[in-house]
Amino acid sequence: MERKYHISKHCRIDHHGVLYNGRPLSAEISTEFSIFSKAFYYSLGTTYPKFFKMDNLSKLAWLGAELLLKEELSKNIAIVLSNRSSSYDTDLKHIHTISNTEQYYPSPAIFVYTLPNVCIGEIAIRHHLQTENIFFVSEQFDSQLTVNYCNYLLNSNRAEKVLCGWVEYLEENYKLVLYLVEKTGNLAHDLNVVRQLML
Amino acid sequence: MEELKSELKAKIIEALNLEEIAVEDIENDAPLFGDGLGLDSIDALELTVLLDKDYGIKVTDPKVGKTIFQSIDTLAHYISENRTK
Amino acid sequence: MRKVYIGPYNCISPLGHRLEDTWNAVVEGKSGIALQEPIGEIPNTYAAIIATDELDSYFTAQLQDIKLSAPFSFTKLEKLMISALLPIVRNLDITTETELIISTTKGNIAQCDGKDKDGAAASLPALAQRIADLFGFKRSPIVISNACVSGLQAISTAKRLIQIDYCKDAVIVAADLVSEFVLSGFRSFQALSDGICRPYDEDRKGLNLGEAAAALYISNQPIPGQKQQFYVAGEASINDANHISGPSRTGEGLKCSIERALAEAATLPEAVDFICAHGTATVYNDEMEAIALHRTKLADKPINSLKGYFGHTLGTAGLIETIVSLESLRNNILLPSLGYQKQGTSLPLAVITEKIHKPLSRCLKTASGFAGTNTAILFEKEIL
Repeated sequence: MERKYHISKHCRIDHHGVLYNGRPLSAEISTEFSIFSKAFYYSLGTTYPKFFKMDNLSKLAWLGAELLLKEELSKNIAIVLSNRSSSYDTDLKHIHTISNTEQYYPSPAIFVYTLPNVCIGEIAIRHHLQTENIFFVSEQFDSQLTVNYCNYLLNSNRAEKVLCGWVEYLEENYKLVLYLVEKTGNLAHDLNVVRQLML
Repeated sequence: MEELKSELKAKIIEALNLEEIAVEDIENDAPLFGDGLGLDSIDALELTVLLDKDYGIKVTDPKVGKTIFQSIDTLAHYISENRTK
Repeated sequence: MRKVYIGPYNCISPLGHRLEDTWNAVVEGKSGIALQEPIGEIPNTYAAIIATDELDSYFTAQLQDIKLSAPFSFTKLEKLMISALLPIVRNLDITTETELIISTTKGNIAQCDGKDKDGAAASLPALAQRIADLFGFKRSPIVISNACVSGLQAISTAKRLIQIDYCKDAVIVAADLVSEFVLSGFRSFQALSDGICRPYDEDRKGLNLGEAAAALYISNQPIPGQKQQFYVAGEASINDANHISGPSRTGEGLKCSIERALAEAATLPEAVDFICAHGTATVYNDEMEAIALHRTKLADKPINSLKGYFGHTLGTAGLIETIVSLESLRNNILLPSLGYQKQGTSLPLAVITEKIHKPLSRCLKTASGFAGTNTAILFEKEIL
């Protein structure tokens, strides 16, 4: 049966700062992601030492998910994320470790992040989400695909809620937009709303 | 030996991104894995790379890794006896 | 929910350029894994690699067959994808309701030396668009990059999108290469075996990487003129939420994936004829699978891993292993799990050790990978 769903929470992180449900959060704005991400992590008040071991893509995804899921009680939340550059930011770091034959030390801690969906794994571990998950890669956010795929997960009772969005990081250029879809919420879960959030 | 131990602690903190841990926080005989510093299997592999890169020691047998990565004491002892650089 | 049928499929592997060559080699028990010349700084490694010169001549011959509007310059990965696709797409009526789904973990990363900061050469969307344009697909391609389950999840995604009328049919293509990029990474993980891999065996010492491409057509209609039809009876992809690289000690994600796939198919474990599992031959992956299969009451079902034939082909693994398993169903042949001799998991599995002819209807295919991903699909054969 087709049901109507809503967007209960959404957030955005980019060079202009952090928006939670459209309202700016006071976070330390810095042009450097390493400085911004650390300051923002501490502002969230969650103790999670593994954060500092993550690559930039996972840090970005983790911070966005923390905003939306920190207070969530449900563990039945599926994850559907996408981006443009896959894990290329970290791929470059791995390539760097194998480009000099005299200093040839590939790092397992870097290599493990050369898959874009590892950021989904990090969110799933943090919030104990043993749920459906998938990572798509596309030039622009595919609203049509994500909205339909999300509705399928909810309609088929594969999840109670779905965390959807875009998490892109390449060479200090970053943009995250995440939104949580469920039965109730202030925004309708439809193509127009999702496209607006992504603008 | 004490110098090697504090050098090791600093290197481990940097290599494993132990952001909130200082050299003084790591006891020489405290376990590195499990309850100790909370290190995991990727950290163990990363320590293997560190031994190779900085001390010229190749550890390919995970069982050997398990015994030498027990604590700073065991690690420093193994390095001082096997280092090639 | 409507039935989603699997149409023609094809693959290219070190065992052959066409499906029938690969299938015949597998039935003869041949492995595509061999000791390789040094690859960059990686010495003497066992891997399953497609010879470039043979691929080039096969590819050139194939190209003469079709009219291409795009430039004739392709990477090895693209040649593999196109070779796998050609027999599938040649006679296909690609409409505005035909989706192209691409599964890969690393795409063209082998083309990158680290100097290309914008990632143009490695771009997965650009790769997907080139393939889509070449064959005249009318919709934007979908790229799935969800670690080692990508190939299998591409099938379940297509099935879902067809069921909700997002599209009527889809062409799936998967490819990944053995490059210094992945070899150096898996070696740093101490995951590479120093011989041909031995899934589930007592003496298993890790995996071999492999390269291959596979393509499969999937549709809301049975394939015309085929007496035997295959369809996706049930599927699920559940994360372990345990560790980003280490397999779960409880097999929870795989267990849940299998349970939900069987539930959707309204099938009991007893009705499964065989399992084609992930079986990378690393100590922890195979152990995790054994636990999950015991927890789902499938431990006594004949099981193989096809990694001994192809190596671990990453984003292709789930798709090429599905294709070979569908051929098993079609030909009623259980394939042995190459490299297995003696129980190597703490709980026993019914690992297939010799080729067996027997009527087969249902295959459970599973895959698991980095980031805690798992996918399970139950495929069923239907005689019309």
